Amino acid sequence: MLKNLRGLLKYRQLIQSMVARELKARYRGSVLGFFWSFINPLLLLLVYTFVFSYVLPARQPNLDPYALFLFCGILPWTWFSSSILESANVLISGGNLIKKVMFPAEVLPFVTVLANMVHFFLGLPILVGFLIYYRAPLQASELAWFPVVVLVQLVLTLGLALIVSALTVHFRDLKDILSNLVTFWFFATPIIYSMQDAPALAKRFLNGNPFTHLAISYQEILFYQGDFGHWKWLLALGAGSVALFLAGYYLFDRLRDTFAEEV
Amino acid sequence: MMPAPARAIDVVNVTKTYRRYARRKQFATLKSAILSGTLVGDLRPEDSFHALRGVSFGVRAGSTFGIVGRNGSGKSTALKLVAGITKPTTGTVSVRGRISALIELGAGFHPEISGRENVFINGIMLGLTKREITRRFDEIVEFAELEDFIDAPVKTYSSGMYMRLGFAVAINVDPDVLLIDEVLAVGDEAFTHKCLDKFAEYRRRNKTVLLVTHALNLVERFCDEALWLDDGRARAVGDPRRVVSAYITDVEKQEERHMAEADAKAREAVERHNAAPAEPESRISRPESPRAAPPDMFQAAEGRWGSREGEITDVRLVGEDGQPARVFYSGERVAIRLSLKAAAPLDDFVIGIGIFNADGVCAFGTNTNIEDLQGERLEGEGEAVVTIDALDLVAGTYKLDVALHKLDGYPYDYHRLLYSFRVKSRTRDAGIYRPRHSWGFSGGVRVRERVAGS
Repeated sequence: MLKNLRGLLKYRQLIQSMVARELKARYRGSVLGFFWSFINPLLLLLVYTFVFSYVLPARQPNLDPYALFLFCGILPWTWFSSSILESANVLISGGNLIKKVMFPAEVLPFVTVLANMVHFFLGLPILVGFLIYYRAPLQASELAWFPVVVLVQLVLTLGLALIVSALTVHFRDLKDILSNLVTFWFFATPIIYSMQDAPALAKRFLNGNPFTHLAISYQEILFYQGDFGHWKWLLALGAGSVALFLAGYYLFDRLRDTFAEEV
Repeated sequence: MMPAPARAIDVVNVTKTYRRYARRKQFATLKSAILSGTLVGDLRPEDSFHALRGVSFGVRAGSTFGIVGRNGSGKSTALKLVAGITKPTTGTVSVRGRISALIELGAGFHPEISGRENVFINGIMLGLTKREITRRFDEIVEFAELEDFIDAPVKTYSSGMYMRLGFAVAINVDPDVLLIDEVLAVGDEAFTHKCLDKFAEYRRRNKTVLLVTHALNLVERFCDEALWLDDGRARAVGDPRRVVSAYITDVEKQEERHMAEADAKAREAVERHNAAPAEPESRISRPESPRAAPPDMFQAAEGRWGSREGEITDVRLVGEDGQPARVFYSGERVAIRLSLKAAAPLDDFVIGIGIFNADGVCAFGTNTNIEDLQGERLEGEGEAVVTIDALDLVAGTYKLDVALHKLDGYPYDYHRLLYSFRVKSRTRDAGIYRPRHSWGFSGGVRVRERVAGS
């Protein structure tokens, strides 16, 4: 397994060019092309802001401006959920590669997660625009944590993507289970509401959700005033994510030889 | 003693077992895959399928090795094992050197992006670095003959263009071991020649080539050794000519068996039809009753009719070796032997044969009357033999009519299209008849004999 992990470094050129291909191919032929990476989150944000500010007005004054609060959670969530949902299908749709070419299968979930990460990065300028527009109180010491949060999310997402992609090959129902689970997961994460407003019982439940801590971290860094107080949780999640990644990689490695026969 | 020559590929006693698709075993296999790393660990024999059973072969470094066999005999599985795409269930496979597998050309192409970008990504997938691809890019494009289309998205390519590009990339990986699965049939004549030239170059440069193909002449021409796989087992390995000829003999035998079975089935169906009362809605024109001839015999489907006062009890086709056969080479001597029987002595009879091609065109027909042979007496049992000195038909499947009838056409026993045989030929000429012929040239006409099979 360690040997294979080291092999991953060897594949970085392959991963890099496949991510580039994924991004190029996604918008090839569309008029707006890359701008969709900006427009998609912007439209999503408009819908949520409209619903939660005008249709169902949020009563908490601490979530003002609500659009900015929402954006801090939705942008990373989109990266996370698209990665998980797409990686469920990635080995099956890449079956030709696995069956006909000597191809390191783990590259496929990696490419999925990384391509979605690039979309996340492309959405960041809009977030920055909002931050400037609302004159959000940013601190350099807090912003320094931002890359750490992104890194933790990356490792966590990669670990889950490896597990999901490997298991879906054998258990195709997982794809449909996941699409429902992800919807549930979204509402079980303080993205459209804030953690402080959750009832005590729900808080304990929410604390068990790894993405809660990512969402809170993003919100504390970008939205709330004051120091970044959630760092202990974040580092614990980081350690857990590394463990999950290794476990996921082990599982993937274990099932690797079966992919060519099952996809 | 000479040291054993270095092996580039070593396959030792390899068995590959696949799981048959069974829904209820899904979880059990997933569990066993996670626990023991194998999919087929605790499968019962009825749930598994053996693609290869105890196959061993070695390929010397720098030699060309061919694998032949019927569809489903395990050829592609063997190649995938060597390529490392799948792992053997038992046994070992070892390969020395960089491998490039021409198994599915352009398998990693993305339809939406240009040929140029696909060349780079495909090359990286096959183990090249960006710099190596840049260096070979022009060569790849030139080889694929796609200079004008290289910046168009691959989805706009024809399947031939797609394959050519895939082939050009794979062959430029410059591997030590090249694996080829039936991909020479991708291009037109000229492209095939280019591919063959490329193989010749590989051979010259002492690269190892493992070739899976149905083009037996390629195996005979190019390979140093060959393996014949049959139902997952190695039937023969060694000199390609010997292996290929053993394989061809076996295929012919099987073809004959199939044709004999099909004929037997047709005859049985005809007997059943004759025994049953006439079906008014029968779609093919069959005679009204088992005794009467159909209005237009040459249009009739297979059948048998006649009064049976005289009977054709058996029909055999006999080749040059004196053995009954159903596959002949064009120009071979063939005898059609008819066993005849008469319940009561007959003195008015004509014996005839007719050969029809698959389109129902009569290639040849004759009878004793046409050839001024007057039937005098048919009594008890006997045999009539028509010997065709040279079966000068073009390649194809033919069917035989045999008949015993009165001079005025009244049928005793008529067998319509109930016996088939196949004619094979080294040439692919058109038409039905292949007369003995030769070419002559003089003056300003010059021709050169081409190497066969290319």
